[in-house]
Amino acid sequence: MVRVALLVTCLVDTLFPQAGIATVRLLERLGCEVAFPDGQTCCGQMHRNSGLLNEGRALAARLPEVFAGYDAVVAPSASCAATVRETTDLRVFELSEFLVGELGVEDVGASFPHRVTYHPTCHSLRALHVGDAPLRLLRAVRGLDLVELPDAHECCGFGGTFAVKNADISLAMLADKLRNVRATEAEVCTAADCSCLMHIGGGLRRTGAPVRTMHLAEILQS
Amino acid sequence: MRIGEPQLRDNLHVATRTIRAKRAEVVAEVEDWEALREAGRAIKADAMRRLDALLSELEEAVTAAGGHVHWARDAAEANAVVGDIVAGHGAREVVKVKSLTTDEIGLNAALGERGVEALETDLAELILQLSDDWPSHILVPAIHRNRREIRDLFARELGVEGLGDDPEELTDAARRHLRQAFLRAPVGISGANFAIAETGTVGVVESEGNGRMCTTLPPVLVTVMGIEKALPAWRDLEVFLQLLPRSSTGERMNPYTSLWTGVTEGDGPGEFHLVLLDNGRTRVLADEVGRDALHCIRCSACLNACPVYARVGGHAYRSVYPGPIGAVLTPQLHGVPGEYDDLPWASSLCGACYEVCPVKIDIPSLLVHLRGRAEPSEPALRVMGWAMEGPRRFAAAQKAGALALRAGVPLPPWTKGRDLPAAPKETFREWWRRTR
Repeated sequence: MVRVALLVTCLVDTLFPQAGIATVRLLERLGCEVAFPDGQTCCGQMHRNSGLLNEGRALAARLPEVFAGYDAVVAPSASCAATVRETTDLRVFELSEFLVGELGVEDVGASFPHRVTYHPTCHSLRALHVGDAPLRLLRAVRGLDLVELPDAHECCGFGGTFAVKNADISLAMLADKLRNVRATEAEVCTAADCSCLMHIGGGLRRTGAPVRTMHLAEILQS
Repeated sequence: MRIGEPQLRDNLHVATRTIRAKRAEVVAEVEDWEALREAGRAIKADAMRRLDALLSELEEAVTAAGGHVHWARDAAEANAVVGDIVAGHGAREVVKVKSLTTDEIGLNAALGERGVEALETDLAELILQLSDDWPSHILVPAIHRNRREIRDLFARELGVEGLGDDPEELTDAARRHLRQAFLRAPVGISGANFAIAETGTVGVVESEGNGRMCTTLPPVLVTVMGIEKALPAWRDLEVFLQLLPRSSTGERMNPYTSLWTGVTEGDGPGEFHLVLLDNGRTRVLADEVGRDALHCIRCSACLNACPVYARVGGHAYRSVYPGPIGAVLTPQLHGVPGEYDDLPWASSLCGACYEVCPVKIDIPSLLVHLRGRAEPSEPALRVMGWAMEGPRRFAAAQKAGALALRAGVPLPPWTKGRDLPAAPKETFREWWRRTR
């Protein structure tokens, strides 16, 4: 049995527990033994990217000990997985990357009869190069009608503290992303990162668009 | 950083999208593109490691070929050198090749103070000069102007009657204005895309042919070059002459490549001066991470790929080097911490710039590095960092955060255009503890 440690990420832990719970259930359904090392807090990405290099380093330095002794570390986030891969020697994977690349699974046995569009987050696309792994997983979901997102590869404008430090630019980028999401007439917009989904979802709710956001794990676990 | 006007954003959106598509097409044709990028990166990294020796070698080779080499620590020194050469020939007028380096040092204004008119001969630079404007894009300096504005400008400034806004007609008006100046001006001034240390050869690549005229017609040629443009060997051109046009204009080859080595009797200018400019570059070189910004070959692919550039426009970067590369180069040229410390924050770190950079400058990592070098205060994040040092403090912080969310505490920059997520009834770690 593959012994997987869940790196739940501080954001999912605090604000989007349903994405973490779905990740656990999905991995267990696929035969993994999942542990949650509870010494974990944050990977330090936010601090690093905000110029607090010492704080970022200190948080990253905790990880090797917290996550020692597992076959793999899996995160429901591309940006956190990318950070941990860069700052530690841990075998860390973003969820879709782990499912397709490590477990060799595309059909996870899910059923989700809804119209869905997928936003490839910048870190899944350009830092981890997960390629079409998430799309392969979604295509194998029963009943799921996958609609292509126009200009999918363009950043949604989240960018961590960029979203508040340069809010006007961030919101202009978001406006274009929202227009493209609405154009798909999807019921659900999904992605590999709750951070980008928090930004896109916050914009969708503010504009009253009839689209929900769900983490990839939540769809794959259904 | 301020967001641009809607018209500017639309113009940039269309222009950058078009050129991005062209670039993608011609890059896809090159089977060994990734190997070429790696070669470009490696050649530049090697050149930066031994730049002192390369520059001496370049000086010797240029001198041996009959040229004169001058060293300028900063803009004032470079402007004085060029001004003295021009004055020495009694010139009242010089013709210029499009050059970011001479824009960087404000050469035109400096010559103007000495009573010399510097005429820009690149079409876009001419448009900017006539309207007392400055570049907003590395390759397309007047990208923020549309052709109706240009028609009105030419009609007024060049005195052309009945001018239409057809690009061919506009170009023709500029050509007529410039042709006499090429023949008349005693001095030509250029920048340089490359300088080969081994042979002393200096090169400029361009599209319009004005560069070829400026570097061959006037009897005296002065080239102002940033010291980071030196390349070790002639064979290095093979790499950069493939990388640059495909990344820059989306062409397989640029229309004009002018290369000259010192002076040649009876062919081109009889007198050649090369001004080697520091102006902050050795400061950049001293930072082993930040120095990668000096690898830039000014193709502008990162500008065209950048979602922030497309929404703020080039002028928002307050320098002749806009976009992602400007955000990492300008602060370093002027010193960090310093007046340009805000520029590295103007990025969502989306990585599109790194992906298209022909010499693989990891701009997102440089942005993060420079944010750190500026030593930001960030008190809220520091407190969070402290809370995240252990799981118990972190769990307490999570509770406080959930309470704040439930109480509807406003977070103005976020809630300006986005709703906050609802606070979940329990955190993930609470769920884990409850169910396992």
